[in-house]
Amino acid sequence: MGLIAREIEASGIPTVCLTSAWTITASANPARAVYTDFPLGHTSGRPNDPVGQLEIARAAVEAIHGITAPGTIIPVPQQWPDPTWRDEARELVDHRTERLDTPQYQSDADRDAAIATHGENAACGC
Amino acid sequence: MSTAPPSDIDIVDYIDVTKRAYEALGYQAYRWAENTEPSAFVAPTKPLAESKVVLLASGGIYRHGDIAFTHKDDVGHREIPVDTPDEELRVTHFAYDQTHARQDPNVVLPLTALRTLAADGVIGSVADVALTFMGGIYSQRRLGEQLTPGLVSRCHELDADIALLVPV
Repeated sequence: MGLIAREIEASGIPTVCLTSAWTITASANPARAVYTDFPLGHTSGRPNDPVGQLEIARAAVEAIHGITAPGTIIPVPQQWPDPTWRDEARELVDHRTERLDTPQYQSDADRDAAIATHGENAACGC
Repeated sequence: MSTAPPSDIDIVDYIDVTKRAYEALGYQAYRWAENTEPSAFVAPTKPLAESKVVLLASGGIYRHGDIAFTHKDDVGHREIPVDTPDEELRVTHFAYDQTHARQDPNVVLPLTALRTLAADGVIGSVADVALTFMGGIYSQRRLGEQLTPGLVSRCHELDADIALLVPV
């Protein structure tokens, strides 16, 4: 995402990235970033926590004016409730599922709705 | 690394974790993007309260009725209308645990928060659509040539003053 941010910034629009992967973002080196110290899959907040999600979104947009040097990453103070998440995140396992090259729907009902709207191509992605 | 993390945060170094995990599995090391040159840095021209914010998110988010992403180098994007109810949002991805994202898509697509910031006058407005895509495109050349240009164009067509990007 840092690469896309750099291109948008280079085109003239100021950008800010949220990130929960400090080193990946630091390496891609976008203009501005705000760090959330959560397990992957929750970059913009804890689930069912609208107050915390609003704080994070606010910190992100305010960083547009608040960050004054490119490459700066600022953390938000929120913490994940269960501190053991780091142990799981550091396990040397490959969590990825097979990278299938057809559209992957969350449910069969989603597939059916997409076919109804877009035709049979919605099933094969062709 | 251009920016060291604060010493009081025990960050998980995912570059190191993936490197060691792939080594242990006998896979070739993945080369994360590395930019030592600073990014362009555009000064905002408007106060935040007058700025239109466009949201971009990876993480495989689409709307019920839309065509889902493939899980292999999908360089397309979807456009999610800003007022889409949470109940119509869907998430599929090959690389992260989507349990919470499916319960509350705001953990990866903060549309509710942006709508509230606009209603509260913190930002001027939210762009008519959020731009979503799959991420997990392993070729940086492919990402740069096939996904990024369309996103950049849409940010300008949507007349955005600020882009907020949310990776997973």
